[in-house]
Amino acid sequence: MTEPGHIDQQDGRLAIAGDWTLVHYSTLKRQVERLAGSREPSHQGIDLERLDALDTAGAVLLMELVGPAALAAIDDWASDLPATRRALLRTLGEAMADNQPPTARPARPLRDTLARTGQMVEELWQQQRQLLGFIGQVLATLAATAWRPGRWRITSVVAQLHQTGLNALPIVALLTFLVGAVVAFLGATVLRDFGATIYTVNLVAFAFLREFGVLLAAILLAGRTASAFTAQLGAMKANEELDAVRTLGLDPIELLVLPRVLAMMLTLPILTFVGMLSGILGGALVCLLALDISTAQFLAILERDIAVQHFLVGIGKAPVFAFLVAVIGCLEGFKVSGSAQSVGEHTTSSVVQSIFVVILLDAIAALFCMEMGW
Amino acid sequence: MRAAQASTSEAPLIRVRGLENRFGQHVVHEDLELDLYPGEILGVVGGSGTGKSVLLRSIVGLLRPRAGRIEVFGEDLQSLSADARSRLERRFGVLFQRGALFTSLSLQENVALPLIEHAGLARADAEALARVKLALAGLPGEAAIKYPAELSGGMIKRAALARALALDPEALFLDEPTAGLDPIGAAAFDRLILTLRDALGLSVFLVTHDLDTLYTACDRVAVLSRKRVLVADRLDVVAATDDDWIHDYFHGPRGRAAQRAANPVEDP
Ligand SMILES: Nc1ncnc2c1ncn2[C@@H]1O[C@H](COP(=O)(O)OP(=O)(O)OP(=O)(O)O)[C@@H](O)[C@H]1O
Ligand SMILES: [Mg+2]
Repeated sequence: MTEPGHIDQQDGRLAIAGDWTLVHYSTLKRQVERLAGSREPSHQGIDLERLDALDTAGAVLLMELVGPAALAAIDDWASDLPATRRALLRTLGEAMADNQPPTARPARPLRDTLARTGQMVEELWQQQRQLLGFIGQVLATLAATAWRPGRWRITSVVAQLHQTGLNALPIVALLTFLVGAVVAFLGATVLRDFGATIYTVNLVAFAFLREFGVLLAAILLAGRTASAFTAQLGAMKANEELDAVRTLGLDPIELLVLPRVLAMMLTLPILTFVGMLSGILGGALVCLLALDISTAQFLAILERDIAVQHFLVGIGKAPVFAFLVAVIGCLEGFKVSGSAQSVGEHTTSSVVQSIFVVILLDAIAALFCMEMGW
Repeated sequence: MRAAQASTSEAPLIRVRGLENRFGQHVVHEDLELDLYPGEILGVVGGSGTGKSVLLRSIVGLLRPRAGRIEVFGEDLQSLSADARSRLERRFGVLFQRGALFTSLSLQENVALPLIEHAGLARADAEALARVKLALAGLPGEAAIKYPAELSGGMIKRAALARALALDPEALFLDEPTAGLDPIGAAAFDRLILTLRDALGLSVFLVTHDLDTLYTACDRVAVLSRKRVLVADRLDVVAATDDDWIHDYFHGPRGRAAQRAANPVEDP
C-alpha cells in the first residue's frame, strides 16, 4: 500500500509501481530524468497496473515520461485505469498540451552589468527631472487653489498637522535637548584650554539658532514623515485608490499632496523653534552644572551677543526644507508599482533622498550666508 | 457524474459547533453549526456580509472565535501547539476572496513557495511543478514569470487557485473562486474541481455566489443567513426549504436559469 514510487524495467517495458506522490517526488524525479536521457517521451511500453497512490505531483512526473499528448489520450492506452484517475491525467495532459514554457533570456554578464550601470545613471537623471516636474505641478496646483478658499482642505491639513507636528514634538524636543548638552560639553572641553569656557554659551546658541535646530528637526521629519507619506500614498497606489481618485474627477495633488505639503511647511518652523529652545536649554543645563555659569548669566550673554538675524537665518530655512521633504515623500509614493517590495524600496529612497537634499541645501545656505556676512 | 459521498454516517472532516463571532457590537455568527464530510464539495451561499468569509477564516484558524468549537481533522486548531498546528495547516489549501498573492514574487514563485518550504523540493523542481499547476488553473505558460501586479483580476484568481492546490491539500477552502472569471473559465473551473475531488478525494468548502457552480459542482449546499446556517443539505432539499431568502435565491430569474441549464428536462 505505502510502497514508495519507482519504475521497474523488465524486457524493455517500464512498469510504474508504488505511490507516485509529492512525498516521493525527488527520488521519482531522478529516475524519470535518467530514463528521459535514453528514450523519447511516449506511452509505448509503459504499464500502469501496479500504480498505487497518485497525486498531481506524481501525474506531472508521468507526463514527463509519456509526454502531454499521450497523457491527454490516456483513454486509448490505459483504459483499465479507474475513470477518476484517467480524468485527472487527461486534464493535466490537455492543460499542458499547448502550454509553452516561458522563455528565459540568456545571461550575458558583461552586457548586463553595463546595461544596469547605464540604467542607474539614466534613472538618477530621470529622478531629478521628475522631482522638478512634480515641484512645478505642486506649485501650480497651490497657485490655482490659493485664490479659492472653497477648495482649501482645512480638515485634512489639520489632521496632517496633528500627525506630523504634534506627535513629533516630544521626540524633537528630546533629541535637540540631548544634542544641545553634547555640543555644550564639546565646547567646554575645547575652550577650557584657552580659558574661554564662557564662550560655550555662544557656541550653543549659534549652533542651534543657525543650524542644528532646523537641521535636526528636518532630518527627523525626513525619517518620520517622508517615509509615512511614501508608504501611505504607495499603498493607495498599489490598491488603485489613486486611480479611483482620478476617475472621480479629483486631483490627487490637490486632494492628497497639498495638505501634506502645507502641513509640513507649518510644522517644521514650529518644530525648529522648539528644537532651538530645547537645544539651548540642554546647553544651559550643562553650563549650569558643569561650568558654573548661572542661568541669569547665560541669558545675559545671549541677549548681549546673539543678534536676531541668526534666528531668522535658521528659521527661514525651515519652510524650504519642509517643502522638499514633503514633496519627495509624496512623489516617491506616486512612483510605487503594485508590489509590497516596491513600497519598501520607495520608502527607503524617499528617506535617503530627503535627508540628502536637506543636508546639501543646508551646506549651500551656510556658504551663502557666510559670503553675505549674515 | 456526481458521487454521493456525503453520507452522514461518516465522521465529518470539519465540525463546527456553537460558533460565535463578533466584531465589537456587531454579531456575525451566533450558535452556528456546520459539518464538512470527507470527499464532498460543500457550497456555502448567503447574502453579502452574512459572514461567509468570516466563517472560512475561523475554520482555517485565522480568527479566534468568541465561543464555540471548531474541529478540523478531529482536532481543535486553537488548542494545538504551533508545530502540530503548522502540520495540520499544511493539509489545507486556501484561496482568499481577493487572491492574496505575494506581490513581490512571480506567479511560479508564489506557487513554488509551499512546495519548497513544506515538501522540501529543490527550487527548479518546485518551479516546474508550479508551472504545471498554473496551467491546470488555466493560465498560459508565459504568465508564470509575471508578477501579480501585471495580471488581470481573473488571472489573479486562477493563480491563487494554483497556489491553493500546490500541496494537493486534503481540504480546500475557496472564497468565491469563480467571481471575475469568464463563463468559459468558470465552467472549466467547476470541471477541474470535480476532477480533482474524484481523483484525489479532496473535501472542498466552496463559498460562492455562482449558481451554475452550485448546480454543477456541489454535493451539498449550506445557506448562511440570520447569523447561522439555516440548512445544509442536497440542493433540491435546500431549494425546497420554506424561507423567503432561499426562495428568492433559488427561484429568482437567475436561479431558474441556472437550474434549467443544469437539468434541462426536470424544469416544471
Ligand atoms: N475585520 C473585520 N472587522 C470588523 N468587521 C468585520 C471584519 N471582517 C468582517 N467584518 C464584518 O463581518 C460581516 C461578514 O463579513 P464577510 O466578509 O464574512 O461577508 P461575506 O459573507 O463574505 O460577504 P461577501 O459575499 O460580500 O464576500 C460583515 O458585516 C463585515 O462588515
Ligand atoms: Mg466574502
